[in-house]
Amino acid sequence: MTKMKLVMVGNGMAGVRALEELLKIAPDLYEITVFGAEPHPNYNRILLSPVLAGEQTLDEIILNPLKWYADHGITLHTNKRVVHVDRRRRVVVAEDGTEAAYDRLLIATGSNPFILPVPGKDLDGVIAYRDIADTNFMIEAALTHQHAVVIGGGLLGLEAANGLMLRGMRVTVVHIAPWLMDRQLDEVASKLLQRSLEERGLSFRIGAQTQALIGTADEGRSGRVKAVRFKDGTEVPADLVVMAAGVRPSTELAEKIGLHCNRGIVVSDTMQTITDPRVYAVGECAAHRGIAYGLVAPLFEQGKVVANHLAEFGIGRYGGSQVSTKLKVTGIDLFSAGDFMGGEGTEAIVLSDPIHGVYKKLVLKGDKLVGACLYGDTADGSHYFKLIREGLSIRGQRDRLMFGETALA
Amino acid sequence: MSPTTTLTKATCPYCGTGCGVLIESRDRQIIQVKGDPDHPANFGRLCTKGSTLHLTAADTVTRQARLLTPLKRSQRDQPAQALSWDAALGEAADRLAAIVREHGPQAVGFYGSGQLLTEDYHVLNKLVKGLLGTNNLDTNSRLCMSSAVAGYKATLGSDAPPACYEDFDHANTLFIAGANTAWAHPILFRRIEDARQARPEMKLIVVDPRRTETAEMADLHLAIQPGTDVALFNGMLHILARDGLLDDAFVQQHTNGFDELMAVVRDFTPEHVARTCGIAQADLELASKWFGAQTPTLSLYCQGLNQSHRGTDKNAALINLHLATGQIGKPGAGPFSLTGQPNAMGGREVGGMANLLSAHRDLTSEADRAEVAALWGVREVPSQAGKTAVEMFEAAARGEIKALWIACTNPAQSLPDQATVRKALETAELVVVQEAFATTATCAYADILLPASTWGEKDGTVTNSERRISRVRSAVPPAGQARHDWAIFGELGRLLEQRLPERRAHYLPGTQTLFPHESPESVWNEHRESTRGRDLDITGLSYALLETQGPQQWPMPQGASQGQARLYTDARFPTADGRARFALVQHEPVKEACDARFPFSLNTGRLRDQWHGMSRTGTLGRLFGHVAEPSVELHPEDMARLGVLAGELVQVSSRRGTLFAPASADAGLRCGQAHMAMHWGEEALSGVDPHGQRITGVNALTLPDFCPKSKQPELKHAAVSLARADLPWRLLALAWLPLERALAVREQLKPWMGAFAFTSCVPFGRETEGGGEVGLMLRAASPHAPEPGVVAQIQALFGVDGADVMRYDDPSTGQHRAVRVEHQQREDAPAEAASLRVQAFVLAGDTAAEAWLRPLLQDKLPADAFGRALLSPGAQPPVATEARGKQVCTCFNVSETAIVEVLKRCEGGVNERLGQLQSELKCGTNCGSCLPALRKLAQAAT
Repeated sequence: MTKMKLVMVGNGMAGVRALEELLKIAPDLYEITVFGAEPHPNYNRILLSPVLAGEQTLDEIILNPLKWYADHGITLHTNKRVVHVDRRRRVVVAEDGTEAAYDRLLIATGSNPFILPVPGKDLDGVIAYRDIADTNFMIEAALTHQHAVVIGGGLLGLEAANGLMLRGMRVTVVHIAPWLMDRQLDEVASKLLQRSLEERGLSFRIGAQTQALIGTADEGRSGRVKAVRFKDGTEVPADLVVMAAGVRPSTELAEKIGLHCNRGIVVSDTMQTITDPRVYAVGECAAHRGIAYGLVAPLFEQGKVVANHLAEFGIGRYGGSQVSTKLKVTGIDLFSAGDFMGGEGTEAIVLSDPIHGVYKKLVLKGDKLVGACLYGDTADGSHYFKLIREGLSIRGQRDRLMFGETALA
Repeated sequence: MSPTTTLTKATCPYCGTGCGVLIESRDRQIIQVKGDPDHPANFGRLCTKGSTLHLTAADTVTRQARLLTPLKRSQRDQPAQALSWDAALGEAADRLAAIVREHGPQAVGFYGSGQLLTEDYHVLNKLVKGLLGTNNLDTNSRLCMSSAVAGYKATLGSDAPPACYEDFDHANTLFIAGANTAWAHPILFRRIEDARQARPEMKLIVVDPRRTETAEMADLHLAIQPGTDVALFNGMLHILARDGLLDDAFVQQHTNGFDELMAVVRDFTPEHVARTCGIAQADLELASKWFGAQTPTLSLYCQGLNQSHRGTDKNAALINLHLATGQIGKPGAGPFSLTGQPNAMGGREVGGMANLLSAHRDLTSEADRAEVAALWGVREVPSQAGKTAVEMFEAAARGEIKALWIACTNPAQSLPDQATVRKALETAELVVVQEAFATTATCAYADILLPASTWGEKDGTVTNSERRISRVRSAVPPAGQARHDWAIFGELGRLLEQRLPERRAHYLPGTQTLFPHESPESVWNEHRESTRGRDLDITGLSYALLETQGPQQWPMPQGASQGQARLYTDARFPTADGRARFALVQHEPVKEACDARFPFSLNTGRLRDQWHGMSRTGTLGRLFGHVAEPSVELHPEDMARLGVLAGELVQVSSRRGTLFAPASADAGLRCGQAHMAMHWGEEALSGVDPHGQRITGVNALTLPDFCPKSKQPELKHAAVSLARADLPWRLLALAWLPLERALAVREQLKPWMGAFAFTSCVPFGRETEGGGEVGLMLRAASPHAPEPGVVAQIQALFGVDGADVMRYDDPSTGQHRAVRVEHQQREDAPAEAASLRVQAFVLAGDTAAEAWLRPLLQDKLPADAFGRALLSPGAQPPVATEARGKQVCTCFNVSETAIVEVLKRCEGGVNERLGQLQSELKCGTNCGSCLPALRKLAQAAT
């Protein structure tokens, strides 16, 4: 008998993990075809920062070498962007005309960096930070240029800034919010982070609003970028500008083929698009219960559910994820999870140890831990994350909670 | 000793032993103190308190704790403002004169101290009795020696201790009743130890409800029930008579009232007495046998007999024993009252009490009054007895006494029934406090504060327990604007003479002023003249002679070459017929019987290393090495019954007041008895009682009832209830602070001591001559967490604030822990110790971490291994540590742990082991105050 056909658009971590899960439970159910816009097999995007920082090489971060696709009889089309899907004929069409028919379609197109709509955003030397190409571009730039500006003091921006600094550039991080990583840290932890990054040599413009990027030619309107100008009129020199001001789910294709999108391709708890049950979406492009996750852990959880349904088990349900953050800047340990900012009906326990540069905040609601923000010592992060995820009662442990799993008698 | 250093002979200002001290000073600063090897009281020895006197005179203490300028409060509970001496004394005189004019002299009360010098007393006496014309002049000696005075007068005819210290060396039986000499008179106890070493056959009997360190040393300890002393003494007399151990000849020829007494004593059968006192009949028999047969017998006694509502009878009953056995007036014999204060005796000689007149004259005798009036140059002195200490404050509380002038004492700490005392201080229209220290509880009530000179500054004389008059000399000028007490009284007197011409009208023609004195010597000479022909005649003595021949015992009449060691050697007594009188004394139980509501008997007493209200000793951390903080001592079985462990808080309540204190176990107490040190006043132990009243320390509990004859209150027994205190929220703050700041911080903490149900605040550590740091500890407990911010303010005072402090905060459960660690190597810390030290911490909410965190700080142990674990809760140390253990030897800072270690290696009997201890650790080789404790440990090791 002929196998069913599964086509996956996108060759990133979420999608390929879904395939791996599928192959584990139903190795022979599908004939699988994968389209990837990048020229590479699936690699670990999260490790681009260590690569930029020179701590790892590209080959080291490849997750699934071409051999893996071959071994599992997967047809892989790299460098082929999918431009159309005929949902009636159930055919996928790539920009070079390649076609592939499907019984099930899995959309895993990930996300696109958000590019600030400011004059000069298209100048040479202005890039986003998303893939291996961007990473290579930055490594090149670091060899030939001196001044870098990273716009966005979030996880990605700080990792980029750190990498560029380690490659010898003078880096300024521009952040519009009142403190760095404002989505992942409270102010105290963020200030500790900023201090230690400044000690490492990074400069910051906190709360600064970028007005324009200035080019070398045509009165700054073209050529290579040479400076960033702020609303207050001040400028910082920049031969390289990295946009790290967040990402947007990549939904052009989905919208074009009429799938309902709302800050991501809207999916159910089975990760099926609510528009077409044959079509699944997973990863950063999918909007589940209004949330498009940008971190790897939830995407892997989604992958399990997708695989379960593709394998026709029909019992997996995705109920959303608690997310936790770690910054991959060597020597800086920070961790946050859940409702670390606290607020109505919550109570906070705070430990600070300036001598060893440690700050810990635990947020409780009733007898449950609902949030944690750790800086300087994240050893207990996973312990707290487990308590948060599983909503376990900490009754009778409250006074020792701060001192970690080992302290709990 | 550098050439610029001067050496001054003076006398120790603490207990009545009257030890001579040598004060080293340089550039107007006292730098060292040593025992005077030539002084016949101590021959060069000093106790823990005396040997640290120079530290209490350090300029860091002076600047932070002394009263340095006259101060005035325009309103009570307002901060006092500095003003000039003229303004201060002028206003004091104006207001005093106004009150005298409006309400009469009986509306004025002067309350002095057994620590005033004889010269101070004399001028004060003339001021109150001569000028103002009232006998409302009493002193804290009323709480101390007045029963001894009345006891002597009732039996021997005059207030004169007949024996001397040298008698320790001749006595074959030493009978110590109601005295913990090892702690209260350490140097005398050294002399007793020496005497026993020299003559092991000497028997030591100790009568004390508690098994004190003195009792530990005894051949026989009679742990009688509180207040049964008279029964015991009468019972002994019964047995002595039965066994024919009385000196019939002596009784016949030299006493009256024997038969009447025996009629009473007949009923005190051994069975009955043993039951009443709660002792074994065999012990009673043995004590009597030794007392009567193993002679000469010398009795030493102190507050156990005096501080009682039958204090006079207790004294007299013991003196009866000496009269009946003829054990008086010969070497090694006599009833020897030990005085509590350095110059209670001097006060008695001068007659500076509400019921006394100069030179043992009797207020009730018209002839005596006339003599005094003539000596002073006034028409008469008042005949109506004045208000004694307790009466004076009760009268002030009732509004009868409108002006209280308090000098050199701290009634808001030391008087019983503090509720009444505080009411008195609040009610009085005028409160003047003439003090050396600004830190006493009484100072807070003063309208006018007058800075007085103190030890090391004062100039004059004192008389010790054995009637020995010693010079007090000034090594340095008075601190700040402080003045000598006699000079302040004199100036006040002159100002009042101007303002009260109607009083001056009572002067005899030719008397310009009662206060012509320009030097202590001129005052003393006037006093000396008043003794002419009296039993205490010192007309043969002079400042010059004290200079050349040293301290002398009275009497020393004109022509005598030296003082008299013993009295009544000729068995003639200062009574009308020259015979001593047996006092008819019946046993009466304690005033306030224990009952179902107040089932425990609370006793109070001295600590080895503290003095009275601790205004002086309390400035030194090292004097808290022996007993670190306030507590109520209970028998371990009682603690078990109450369900409290050592250190847990109990609520102690009497009919008069309540306090909270940590319990500590003392198997030396009998079940049903509780003990607290007399020193713990509001300054060290406070809080707020369940009625919202500020807790005023141990005397919130004690009762004001006093002996009808001596008017001395019963501070040695109060019926109290004990219950486990339910105060779950705790605070513990410790810090090492620079000497320049520590005492000031303590003062800043005082307002906070009323912010919780229980608070205690004490220093710790070891000040050195070279400055450095001292520790400060605050404890607090309350039913629930305090207002937000309170903990933060206390943290700030202990320097546990700012950026570089480790902290843990769980505000919603009131849990706060903050620790300051520092990176320095202290020279006084062990060399191998690592660099990270706990400098200060504040635990709030749950303070169980004290168990390991406190030794970590106090013993300056390395804290590197702890890191953030310093903030962890619970009594279980997150990292293994070894505490130093309780300090035994204060002089050389030797801990019990170290001693026990060495003792393991020692061999031989107690004395051999003791010797090895002393040679290895030096403990007990300086002041020797810890010798009883060392001997006990050595004993345990054999």
